[in-house]
Amino acid sequence: MKKVLVGVGSCGMAAGAKDVIDALKKEIDENDIEIELGMTGCIGLCYREVLVDVLDDNKKTSYGNVTPAMVPKIVSEHIVEGKPIDEWIALEDGLRGAEQDFIKSQNRIVLRKCGLIDPENIEDAITLGGYEAIKKAIDEMSSDKVVEEVKASGLRGRGGAGFTTGLKWEFTRKASGEKKYIICNADEGDPGAFMDRSVLESDPHAVLEGMLIAGYAIGAEYGYIYCRAEYPLAVKRLKMGIEQAKKKGFLGDNILGSDFNFNIQIKEGAGAFVCGEETALMASIEGKRGMPRLRPPFPATSGLWGYPTCINNVETLANISWIITNGAKAYADIGTKNSKGNKVFALTGKIKRSGLAEVPMGMTLREIIYDVGGGIKDEKEYKAVQIGGPTGGCLPASLLDTPVDYDSLIEKGATLGSGGMVVLDQSTCMVDLAKYFMTFAQNESCGKCVPCRVGTKRMLELLEKITDGFATLEDLEQLEALAADVKVSSLCGLGQTAPNPILTTIRYFKEEYLAHIEERTCPANVCVNLIDVVIEQELCRQCELCIKNCPVDAITGAKKEYTERRPDDCIGCKMCISVCPWDAIFTDSPKAEGVKVKHEETIPKGML
Amino acid sequence: MTEITLSINGEEVSLDKEMTILEAASKLGVEIPTLCHDPRLKPYGACRVCLVEVEGARAPLPACATNAADGMVVKTDTEEIHRLRKTVVELIISDHPLDCVTCEKCGNCALQDLAYKYDITESEFKGEKHSLEPQEDDPFIHRDLDKCILCGRCVRICDEVEHAFAIDFNYRGFKTQIGTTYGKSLKDTTCEFCGQCISTCPVGALIEKPRLDKGRLWELENTLTTCPYCGVGCTLELQTNNGEIVNVSAPLDIGVNGGNLCVKGRFGYDFVSSTERLKTPLIKKNGEFQEASWDEAIKLIAGRLSDIKKKHGPDSIAGLASAKCTNEENYIFQKFIRAAIGTNNVDHCARLCHSSTVAGLATAFGSGAMTNSISDFADSKAILIIGSNTSEAHPIIHIEILKAVRFKDAKLIVIDPREIKMSKFADISLHQRPGSDVAVLNGLMNVIIDEGLEDKNFIEERTEHFEALKKNVANYTPEKVEEISGIPADGLRSAARMYATSGASSIVYSMGITQHTTGTDNVLSTANLAMLTGNIGRPGTGVNPLRGQNNVQGACDMGSLPNVYSGYQKTDDESSRNKLEEAWNTDLPTNKGLTVVEVMNGGASGDVKGVYIMGENPMLSDPDVSHVEKALEKLEFLVVQDIFLTETAAFADVVLPSVSFAERDGTFTNTERRVQRIRKAVEPVGNAKEDWKTLCAVSMAMGYEMLYESADEILEEIASVTPSYGGITPDRLGQDGLQWPCPTSDHPGTPILHQEKFTRGLGKFHVVTYRPPAEEPDAEYPLILTTGRLLNQFHTGTMTRKTEGLDEIYPVAHVEISRFDAKKMDIKTGNFVNLETRRGKIKAKALVTDKSRKGVVFMPFHFKEAAANILTNPALDPIAKIPEFKVCALKISKAD
Repeated sequence: MKKVLVGVGSCGMAAGAKDVIDALKKEIDENDIEIELGMTGCIGLCYREVLVDVLDDNKKTSYGNVTPAMVPKIVSEHIVEGKPIDEWIALEDGLRGAEQDFIKSQNRIVLRKCGLIDPENIEDAITLGGYEAIKKAIDEMSSDKVVEEVKASGLRGRGGAGFTTGLKWEFTRKASGEKKYIICNADEGDPGAFMDRSVLESDPHAVLEGMLIAGYAIGAEYGYIYCRAEYPLAVKRLKMGIEQAKKKGFLGDNILGSDFNFNIQIKEGAGAFVCGEETALMASIEGKRGMPRLRPPFPATSGLWGYPTCINNVETLANISWIITNGAKAYADIGTKNSKGNKVFALTGKIKRSGLAEVPMGMTLREIIYDVGGGIKDEKEYKAVQIGGPTGGCLPASLLDTPVDYDSLIEKGATLGSGGMVVLDQSTCMVDLAKYFMTFAQNESCGKCVPCRVGTKRMLELLEKITDGFATLEDLEQLEALAADVKVSSLCGLGQTAPNPILTTIRYFKEEYLAHIEERTCPANVCVNLIDVVIEQELCRQCELCIKNCPVDAITGAKKEYTERRPDDCIGCKMCISVCPWDAIFTDSPKAEGVKVKHEETIPKGML
Repeated sequence: MTEITLSINGEEVSLDKEMTILEAASKLGVEIPTLCHDPRLKPYGACRVCLVEVEGARAPLPACATNAADGMVVKTDTEEIHRLRKTVVELIISDHPLDCVTCEKCGNCALQDLAYKYDITESEFKGEKHSLEPQEDDPFIHRDLDKCILCGRCVRICDEVEHAFAIDFNYRGFKTQIGTTYGKSLKDTTCEFCGQCISTCPVGALIEKPRLDKGRLWELENTLTTCPYCGVGCTLELQTNNGEIVNVSAPLDIGVNGGNLCVKGRFGYDFVSSTERLKTPLIKKNGEFQEASWDEAIKLIAGRLSDIKKKHGPDSIAGLASAKCTNEENYIFQKFIRAAIGTNNVDHCARLCHSSTVAGLATAFGSGAMTNSISDFADSKAILIIGSNTSEAHPIIHIEILKAVRFKDAKLIVIDPREIKMSKFADISLHQRPGSDVAVLNGLMNVIIDEGLEDKNFIEERTEHFEALKKNVANYTPEKVEEISGIPADGLRSAARMYATSGASSIVYSMGITQHTTGTDNVLSTANLAMLTGNIGRPGTGVNPLRGQNNVQGACDMGSLPNVYSGYQKTDDESSRNKLEEAWNTDLPTNKGLTVVEVMNGGASGDVKGVYIMGENPMLSDPDVSHVEKALEKLEFLVVQDIFLTETAAFADVVLPSVSFAERDGTFTNTERRVQRIRKAVEPVGNAKEDWKTLCAVSMAMGYEMLYESADEILEEIASVTPSYGGITPDRLGQDGLQWPCPTSDHPGTPILHQEKFTRGLGKFHVVTYRPPAEEPDAEYPLILTTGRLLNQFHTGTMTRKTEGLDEIYPVAHVEISRFDAKKMDIKTGNFVNLETRRGKIKAKALVTDKSRKGVVFMPFHFKEAAANILTNPALDPIAKIPEFKVCALKISKAD
């Protein structure tokens, strides 16, 4: 019996999965074809969505970048006639095909069912071994044994801090309290990180089962999933998963006939980055403003509502059932000495294959970016990878052979964070990048402690001064000193790591800062005040596309006339460059002199 | 905890209890700067100026929030630490308007001090500064958000101390600011205007609005005194400039309030300098008051009173003393009535609030006062509040109770006809039908005995008449009580278990218990319940009536009651009488004196001819005001001493100007029996005189000698004739006062009564049976009216309504009606309604609220424009003679 599956993770949906499904339905109905139309989650090939899998005779053919227009051909040739359309195939049996390099070097634990099962149908998950681990735990293992097993696996928290999961479980298990809580931290907030979303959307049961096992191990009967409201699909599938698991007897009272009870509730976050910090997250569940508090006491002894609480990240929990089923040793055999198992990375930016890749800890940056990710887009040159989100750092080409694990990255000034990798090419200005992350940190600072609330603001202003082209070397010194002070004096992880993007870009790309300050140029031609957008009149064909697309009306000219740019109005968005069919518009660095004069006029009061 | 030792800057310090590094350092005299720290609040660690180096720690730690540990090596004084602190202060200063020269906080600003220490005149960091409009839409709190350093102390004190939750952080990042939900005016939030936020603000962001432009801090004179409002007896500091009160603050380390105040204590002082104050004696001639000299007035009073006494006998004269006046003045007043006039007809408004407490607890325990102390709630494991709207009537006690409930895991049971603020914090909240308290309390005891939860040892060793009680409460099954009170049987059972099994349970009550025709019965029932479970005589337990007026306890203690002399020495006890006859050098009367309502009845019937009133306003405070009016009109002679021309004074023949609490010395006794000093801060207005001086002058003119140099001299005399005040002498009072009984000069005072044995020996169980209220709803008057207090007003409003801001917050009487009843009668909030009882009819604005339950209407009694006491029932408790203010039958109709 044939089956056709459409990828319906957020990536698939965004790429147009719904239209593809409609087209498939129509085609199947109209031609009265006997085939089951189903859906599945994200397999990680986000750049090839919409993905359509055709399953027949134990063979699976995945078509990539499917549009509704391609559907009739897929149906008539492949499904009806049995002739696969080779040029559209992305993967065959998950191994061969155009994208085989992306998949081959991966080793999937967390993502093992993603893209294979229908996330809205628990039976699919069960067929692939779902809920076997909780059965095994209840039937064969004591709670202490489960804790020991997780400890022995060497699994460390995948949310960023990298605390040993088994130890956290042990502390919470040993803490005394009338009741205990398990919290799944699904408040994924790092720009460029989306592995948690994908797991929740594609295999919610992996997380539910992880929480169940945690509850069994720790002695908790209640679980919360704190999921950001910006993930509506994840919330929907979690809710469906919880309902289905309840009906199956995996959640609720007397689970699988034992005396273990466990219930899970979803709490939707309201979009504050800081709520990913565990104490702020708990405050938010309690109905308070999400602001971190000092630790100790740690959640393990006094957490949600004052009860012992174990907070684990989505990816961490999704590892658990595999560890219980396959044993700690099998897990500990993967990875490096201090970083065991796999890590899922979200590859974005100027990389060819943007998507999710799960690889063993210790793989080098080069292997991840080039072998798995296919290298830099448009054959440009690698410049850096920003790893670990707004709290991480930027690593240059000279560090491409750094193994990716907790300790090696910290040594280089970055962090593993939640595993977001934003790959940058030569068109990225590193000062501008630092400014971007500082803007993020400042906007998301909860406002509680002075260094983070005011310090990030002042750092941002100093960065703006640099990118605007009127900073001095003293400003750079002040920036570096302030960044160091904010790092040691802030209250929570957000403030303590917010300076990392600045510190690593200064450490590895100081010459770019100096160019902005001393030469008043932006080598990457990014910083608006330091560049000119030039319209080469000889190449211009007066098509007016640039005029129509300029969001601030900074280009003038009429039909049959040369267009002209009004520099004072231009915001440097480069929309004109991207729409110009004649390559007549490009950026250039103006003379330093000009910049200085121009910017002294526009310097905000009090800044000089 | 075992002793630990740590080193701070190389010096060792040993600690025997858990402490933060900040506290440990202060033991060594090592100063660590703070901005977000206030000892009243939980550690927060946000401002980061208290960072210290701890050996082995990854980064510097906040001293205010890090516990000291054994072997810890702390450095507070390194170059690195000073650099970090300076950076933090520079960052704060970079967003602070440096307008210290005109800032009200100048000289007492923590940020200014730090800038001085680190020699910062202008921040190294330049950039955007906040520029927000000051928030001025309420009468009391000036909020200048540009000066705010976001230490969060105001937010936390509003939550952790005041339990009001009116403000929080809004927005994120640099845009973060403190505010209300949706930026509403504080008047439209749960703000209680206690001003605790102002008291904790380290900078000039929050300032008492009335204080603005009234002088620099260093120009102000401070006088430590006691608050003149409710019975809690908060210590406060009157700040004066050129003889005018310009601000009130409270020192953090003195008194029952520890730096906290309520809206009245902090802001309700305008009345002192009101232009309406009486400045000179007034004599009514041809129906008009005319100014007179003191001589003329005293002569007239002495003459008229002597005449009446001669013609109709001394018992035709009565005196009403005052719970607002000092102990000294009450003592002098009753001495004047008894010794100079020659009658026991002396009473005061305690009759209307807690006479049933005095009567009930005295028979059960032998002493009619709060058994435990306010600070004692911290030791309670369960607190039962019945008939007390604590948060509005005794705000500082509400703070202490909720502190125990929210942060120390004490359980809270609230039994009240209304859904009051305390109900929302309760573990068990029950709503009884007004007037059914005896049934409810008997029901609790029924469950306790039925389930064997009583304290058998305590009953055996400390009490008598248990069997009779047991037999009686057996009739009150939870199901029967549900029928009478409307409280679900299961709710009653849970409450009984919670109270009986906590280990240390306290009962708190107020006028919801006392102001009934069954008031004494209600009080006896609370005593029964406490004794049954052994919850008395230990920390965290007790029967704790909360007294309503600043010195109602003292006025009772001083013998401003018809049946007792000071210290509750009975007038019908011959040895007491002989003792006082000797001390006062005269024969004393033996008549059974009249109570407040009986005085008014006597006036109406013509038996009472002359009345002398000191500082009371029965025209608003007594039930059935029309009846009072008739009585006052009929009197031959009425003298009123007061600070204002009150509704009552308007009926007087002579009105004498008195001084306010701020203009005199003396003592008040608070609800926990603590005798505390008040101290003169400003000069009397006009020719106003202290009440005791006036009384002595009248007495002298009538031929009985009373001569004193000072209030202290009177207190000496009180100590000499009053056993329970025997050791309470002026030299011993100090800042914190003394709690009676304090019989001797070396006695430390008594925080907890009845510890080893009851004052009367054995505690006595009383058989109390349920009686319905004197008036119950019927077809004609289908609703129940109950009356009470509001937070922002006080008593008959003579003080609070002369403070503009207080009146702005709650300017008119609202009738609180349940949604259910309002819907039935098509009444909406803001509609005028007619309220009618068998006594009278008034018109007032309706407030439809969830606070009121179906069938029960609430009305405050503070407002003369809509005087609730026109409606109330003067039916009396047979023993204590307290009127039934809390229940009468009412009908309502929509007025157009």
